[in-house]
Amino acid sequence: MATIDYLQALNQALDEELAQDDTLTVFGEDVGAPKGGVFNVTQGLAEKYGDLRVFNTPLSEAEIAGLAIGLGVSGHHAVAEFQFADYILPATNQIISEAARMRYRSQGDWSAPVVFRAPYGGGVGGGFYHSQSTEKVFVGQPGLRVVTPSTVRDAKGLLKSAIRCADPVLFFEHKRLYHSIKTDIDPDEEILTPIDKAQVLRQGTDITVMSYGITLQYVLQAAEELAKSGIQTEVVDIRSLYPLDEATIVAAAKKTGKVLLVNEDNKEGGVLGEISAIISEQALFDLDAPIKRLAGPDSPAMPYAKNLEQAFLVQPDQVKQAMQELAEF
Amino acid sequence: MKKEMTMPRLGESVTEGTIVDWLVQVGDHVEEYDPICEVQTVKVVAEVPSSFTGTITKVLAATDDTIAVGAPLAEIAVEGAVEESAPAADTATSATSETSAEPATPDPAPVAAAQPAVDSTDAPRFSPAVASLLAKYRLHADDIPATGHQGRLTRQDVENFMAEEVSQPAPAAAHQAASPVPTPTPVQNTGFDGQLPGDIITPGSSVRKAIAAHMSQSKNEIPHGWMMVEQDVSNIVVLRQKEKANFQKREGFKLTYFPFFVKAVAQALAKHPRINSSWQNNMKITHKQVNISIAVAKGDELFVPVIKHADDLSIKGIAAEINRLASAVRNGTATADDMQGGTFTVNNTGSFGSVASMGIINYPQAAIIQIESIRKAIQPTPDGRGFTFADMVNLSLSVDHRLLDGVAAGGFLKDVKKNLAAYGPDSNLY
Repeated sequence: MATIDYLQALNQALDEELAQDDTLTVFGEDVGAPKGGVFNVTQGLAEKYGDLRVFNTPLSEAEIAGLAIGLGVSGHHAVAEFQFADYILPATNQIISEAARMRYRSQGDWSAPVVFRAPYGGGVGGGFYHSQSTEKVFVGQPGLRVVTPSTVRDAKGLLKSAIRCADPVLFFEHKRLYHSIKTDIDPDEEILTPIDKAQVLRQGTDITVMSYGITLQYVLQAAEELAKSGIQTEVVDIRSLYPLDEATIVAAAKKTGKVLLVNEDNKEGGVLGEISAIISEQALFDLDAPIKRLAGPDSPAMPYAKNLEQAFLVQPDQVKQAMQELAEF
Repeated sequence: MKKEMTMPRLGESVTEGTIVDWLVQVGDHVEEYDPICEVQTVKVVAEVPSSFTGTITKVLAATDDTIAVGAPLAEIAVEGAVEESAPAADTATSATSETSAEPATPDPAPVAAAQPAVDSTDAPRFSPAVASLLAKYRLHADDIPATGHQGRLTRQDVENFMAEEVSQPAPAAAHQAASPVPTPTPVQNTGFDGQLPGDIITPGSSVRKAIAAHMSQSKNEIPHGWMMVEQDVSNIVVLRQKEKANFQKREGFKLTYFPFFVKAVAQALAKHPRINSSWQNNMKITHKQVNISIAVAKGDELFVPVIKHADDLSIKGIAAEINRLASAVRNGTATADDMQGGTFTVNNTGSFGSVASMGIINYPQAAIIQIESIRKAIQPTPDGRGFTFADMVNLSLSVDHRLLDGVAAGGFLKDVKKNLAAYGPDSNLY
């Protein structure tokens, strides 16, 4: 048993899959030796598996995505890294119009079973080119899976499952989770997290809170604190942002009838609105309060100035207060 | 400024009233508290007093309309600063239509329109979860303690309430049985749908519907226990025979047997407070006041006015109250106050010739006693060696068995009997 963080878990997943799958390649900007990625997720892998399997690419996101898709079509598995989720936008056409549509367009003859990794999220003083959440651009595209792990165990298990998945998977990693959460994991245990399931992380009877990314950590912390004053929170890690795990979401919503949805992205037009719609379609008569969303302001992007960055980001005390208010409603 | 007169709440648990007669017309001037219409509720016919001084501008309900409490009855133009301009504008409009001498002042109508007619926020709003639970279990929101924000009833409030109800071994104390509504089993092959050719179908009157609901509630919720005793009341027959002519001359109404029984019961209740009680929301409420409900029939309808503090009254006092209440009910002049506050019911079933009956308790009281017919019977003489004619009466008691057992019922009836036996030819009626 060893204590590892979220980033090490990702590295282990890549290491294990490179070892067991000869067709797998891993590439992106600064991914190869010696840097091993701007955040060091791929550190040591080029040395271990060679620079034909783990290598650097030009600064061209459309090309990175296109290379992955071509490898996928020709029977390989590939993990393409976008250095920041903000950089992914030039590759949008490749990901949505090519990868997501490949099987449909070829009547099932071809597919692109590849993974696009992208670190997202703010709070690192990166300004808006290095801080944005871009998941809302990609959710709701049939043919493309969008997932994000919010625990160390899932960072490993979900990446391994994504690599083995027959569909293209967009894999978001919250960069502030890289070193902030740690778990004991047996290095010999093979962890494969179901790719399309939300997970109940905490059982509760008073309110239900669903989240993903760094805000999920705030939710878990607040749930712990509120439990001391008798408020029991059901906490759901959404995990699969598209397609959404409707069964788990609806069951958790029905359980308490009071639902709070939290994410870091802007409030409008995102994952939370879709979850809210599913709940109101399927659980109306179990609802005891309006479905509440707590999210970033509807301003264009993450500011650079520290104070403005903090003003943009959902804060832990806001999460706790929203949970408290919902419990008292 | 126009004000709206709404249907007032004319007594506890009254939710609607039927307009019997309008006492004013559009254009009439009314002072505050002047009666504007007569309304029949399930309990009384009452006059609705005006809440404002002003002129009736609109009558919003017709005679025989049934109007919910809080719904509009009439519109009254109230005299006051704002109101002054309204008629002025009206006359100005008619005057200027030909002359165009001066432009009409800005229309004051928006001022009136801006007045909210009824404050709709008063009505409680339920979340979908709460609304569906209330409907499913037939619960009344008023019965359930609300703990939510600004007194909102939450889903957990309802679920907690249900959990408590289920854990109670006795039947639920809510308005309705607090269990899921059982699926009705269709009656098979009777070949009778409840109606036959030539049947006359009449909608129940509001009074009849109220009686039906009240009776059902009592029978559904209260496990009735019954007990009947008999008593020789030859002494009362003699006493009444001796006093009745003088009494009628002096008081102007007849002396019946009923006040003797009411007094005997009231005295026994004062001594047995546990009978003078009720079972509400899993709590026993023991009443200090002894307020006797009596049943008064009016045509097809049954009213239950109340003799307040019956234990303080003499035979004459009780007789006068019975006489007053019965006349008020029959004349339709009984007030809401006359109809409420009863703690125990004495029912004069003997007046129909009944000799034994099982009364349905007047919910939420704990018991009801039926005074049956006084009849001539051959009884053994006290020495047991012969027989004599006696005036015998049966007293039938129904008790709420959740609250009262045979011992309590028997002890109470024993004292009623003792009080009846205590009347003698010289007993004072005053």
